[in-house]
Amino acid sequence: MNWFIRFLTSSIGRKLVMSLTGLFLIVFLVVHLGGNLQLLNNDEGRSFNLYAKMMTTNPIIKFTSYGLYFFILLHAIQGLLIWNKNRAATGLKYAAKKRSPGVSWASSNMALLGTIILVFLGIHMGDFWFAMKFQAWPDADAGRELVKYTLDDGTISEAKNLYGKVNWSFSQAWIVVVYIISMIGLAFHLWHGFASAFQSLGLNHKKYTPFIEWVGKVYSIIIPLLFALIPIMYFLGKRFPDWLEFHFI
Amino acid sequence: MAEKTINITLKVWREGGKYGSGKFETYPLKDIGTDMSFLEMFDVLNEELVSKKEMPVAFEHDCREGICGTCSMVIDGQPHGPMKGTTTCQLHMRSFKDGATITVEPFRAKAFPVIRDLVVDRSSFDAIIQAGGYISVNTGQAQDANSIPIEKETSEKAFDAATCIGCGACVAACPNSAAMLFTSAKVSHLGTMPQGKVEADKRVQAMVNQMDKEGFGMCSNVKACEAECPKEISVENIAIMNRAYMSSVLGSDKEA
Repeated sequence: MNWFIRFLTSSIGRKLVMSLTGLFLIVFLVVHLGGNLQLLNNDEGRSFNLYAKMMTTNPIIKFTSYGLYFFILLHAIQGLLIWNKNRAATGLKYAAKKRSPGVSWASSNMALLGTIILVFLGIHMGDFWFAMKFQAWPDADAGRELVKYTLDDGTISEAKNLYGKVNWSFSQAWIVVVYIISMIGLAFHLWHGFASAFQSLGLNHKKYTPFIEWVGKVYSIIIPLLFALIPIMYFLGKRFPDWLEFHFI
Repeated sequence: MAEKTINITLKVWREGGKYGSGKFETYPLKDIGTDMSFLEMFDVLNEELVSKKEMPVAFEHDCREGICGTCSMVIDGQPHGPMKGTTTCQLHMRSFKDGATITVEPFRAKAFPVIRDLVVDRSSFDAIIQAGGYISVNTGQAQDANSIPIEKETSEKAFDAATCIGCGACVAACPNSAAMLFTSAKVSHLGTMPQGKVEADKRVQAMVNQMDKEGFGMCSNVKACEAECPKEISVENIAIMNRAYMSSVLGSDKEA
């Protein structure tokens, strides 16, 4: 077997793949959240729709998005393979199993939490990504309409009103509940995953590990919380006050 | 002064012989002295079983002073029992309440098959050591120890990893049955010392390959190993091994 394949399929190599793809997805979440928060602007979706248009037309973003799909799939498939291999390595279950002191619940349930996120991604991408990229616009019956915006330089920009689609989805209680549950799953996944990614990379030292762990915990609470805030605010019909208007990129 | 005694109920995993593929057997024990070690309590039970012409419970023990790594029991769901940084032989009955039911199981992992009752086969650990957990020294006169300089901090760090007694509690505690803490303790102990640095690149690849071959699971940084290790080996060693493995594969000529 080629040494590089052997490296990537070794126990440490597989964890390295999980770590690097995980860190990429951690960075991606921040970018995604930045775009999403514009949904809370009190501007009838103008900033968000123009941003969504840019994201689907910009060639650099398009190129990066293929990397993103690949890394999500790699992270998910590798994770399930590791879970399966680990199951094969364990013997009979202990009759009296006690969680060892200092061990978080999240750390021993990463596959379950990851599966929740994967199912959510299916629903989420069907809801917005597929609609934005592959369905016919405009389609009045399905609530997909086009809107025209006058830009600062006076030109007119026509954009898909993805904001309208979001508005409809987040008025449905079940969708809001699915989003909140998924974000709780994401929070637990990150609670362990963030610092764990650095440990798998071989970065553990008393000089910086406490800092990484602290950042990981703050990140794993703040990011999912802000994601979940959007469906909640839509469901309640609330928006940011005007002074908080936020533009990403 | 009269010794304090307790009554306990022992739920012990019996496997092999008439117990076949295994089941729990319950033994009530009366007047167990709290100054007894956990293994001495088993000696008392086995005396009773022998006097009743029953098969005694098979369990492994050797030094009974916490340094050999032979004892291999999971007590109430914790390898080596509830006391932190302690082997089973150094655990005393005073750690248990009067009237307690104590569940005792063997270490569980595919790479540690049960031989009988609480005895497991840990030769997979030997195979990992044989793959590279040593230094090659030519025979001859022992040279002066001071001719190989080593910083005190470095030798202490290596010693912390070297305290691993290879008992396998890390594997038993790990939800993935991974042997990363054991293997990394050896890799980091030898790789930190000047004598071991010489073969460090070859060693880490050989030991990790062997560990994977033995059928141990993959580390997901749960850190149950660190919590249950009777020698309190740090998971920092796992990071050190990850680093050493990557730099050996990507940065040295070695292809183990």
